[in-house]
Amino acid sequence: MLRSIDVLKETPSQTAGPYVHIGLMPNSCGIEGVYADDLGSVMVNDKTLGERIAISGRIFDGAQTPVRDAVLEIWQADHAGLYNSPSERRGTADPNFTGWGRSATAAEDGVFRFETIKPGRVPFKDGRMMAPHITLWIVARGINIGLHTRLYFPEEAEANAVDPLLLRIEHRARVETMIATRKGQDYTFDIHLQGPSETVFLDI
Amino acid sequence: MSLRSNDAPETGAFFGRDRTWHSPALTPGYKTSILRAPQRALLSLDGTLSETTGPVFGHGMIGEQDNDLIHNFAKPGESAIGERIVVHGRVIDERGSPVRGALLEFWQANAGGRYRHKKETYLAALDPNFGGCGRTICDDDGHYAFRTVRPGAYPWPNGVNDWRPAHIHFSVFGHGFAQRLITQMYFEGDPMIWKCPIVNTIPDKAAIEQLIAPLDWNNTIPMDARAYRFDIVLRGRRSTLFENRLEGN
Ligand SMILES: [Fe+2]
Repeated sequence: MLRSIDVLKETPSQTAGPYVHIGLMPNSCGIEGVYADDLGSVMVNDKTLGERIAISGRIFDGAQTPVRDAVLEIWQADHAGLYNSPSERRGTADPNFTGWGRSATAAEDGVFRFETIKPGRVPFKDGRMMAPHITLWIVARGINIGLHTRLYFPEEAEANAVDPLLLRIEHRARVETMIATRKGQDYTFDIHLQGPSETVFLDI
Repeated sequence: MSLRSNDAPETGAFFGRDRTWHSPALTPGYKTSILRAPQRALLSLDGTLSETTGPVFGHGMIGEQDNDLIHNFAKPGESAIGERIVVHGRVIDERGSPVRGALLEFWQANAGGRYRHKKETYLAALDPNFGGCGRTICDDDGHYAFRTVRPGAYPWPNGVNDWRPAHIHFSVFGHGFAQRLITQMYFEGDPMIWKCPIVNTIPDKAAIEQLIAPLDWNNTIPMDARAYRFDIVLRGRRSTLFENRLEGN
């Protein structure tokens, strides 16, 4: 008889629900004093290296209505393309940059916002360089399993054109859904859960 | 950082997610998913450095009462109302290895089924001594524990008469961003589990049973609190044995 390989099954995901803020950012929803700060609310300090940028946007549902109860997390490399992580074996990242941030879409207008730095380039597995990018993860009521996507930068057209992930997108018109728009140091990245401009989401 | 010095962090990509084990995005019985479910195929790709890495949360950031929901919002000398319980278990990966240093955040309704949130409209009373959030970090064997009150069931607007079974929400941060997971824990023996449209988004009964914490009689604290056991499994990761190819390979 064929012996089976022992692998456990991943715990199934469940929606974060409408009250996800209580668990992930209690100070932001009126539960003060349990934690000093909400985790992930600050990514930089005054010693952080690199170009300061802000990223904001909204998440639209299939009725083109902004989702006002979502939580987003971002994860990115530092200015030199190094991750502030023990699994980063290529060097030591900027100790003044966490690389990780968490933000909620506002209950009033659905806008989320991160203050961070522009990341450097990170290699793909085969050594080709990926274009600068930020990884996003989105949870909310009505989303059964967190959605992964990436933000790329509009001024990096040359790098974007050879990015190994962007090159894998079959319908080329959809590449635009992963590229932010820019006004000075402020980037806008709107996410569409459905519809003609549905964002490319990743199974990664 | 809690990693042992003789134990280098792993760098392999994570096992592909078995998407048939999880809920699909579109689950019409859970109405909110209808306008929030992506309709196009996900772009599937083996993880890169951007997903195999992840931030580290040090034990130092955890406050003394962060894992005690009975007291972390209560006035001095008072405590939250409800059935006192301890929830504990291990965070391991699909290979069975402990995910040491994993950050767990949890949130829940109070014993009456009421959340402390401005959008909450259920008529059950707030408990002035209950906030509803807690967090902890797993030890080197992946163990965690926290103390709380058993949450109440509550009604929600979906069908005319839908109720959520008693549950605790969990957010889990493992070693890589691709392991990120949010889920909910249910209580052994609750007949409402099988009536819940959110539970029933999960196609496989065995998968649902992974979310049901059994009563852990041996770890019940006499004259104090009953214990429930909830183990959490995150994605495993490949060995990098044949992946660090030399030039020209
Ligand atoms: Fe809930």
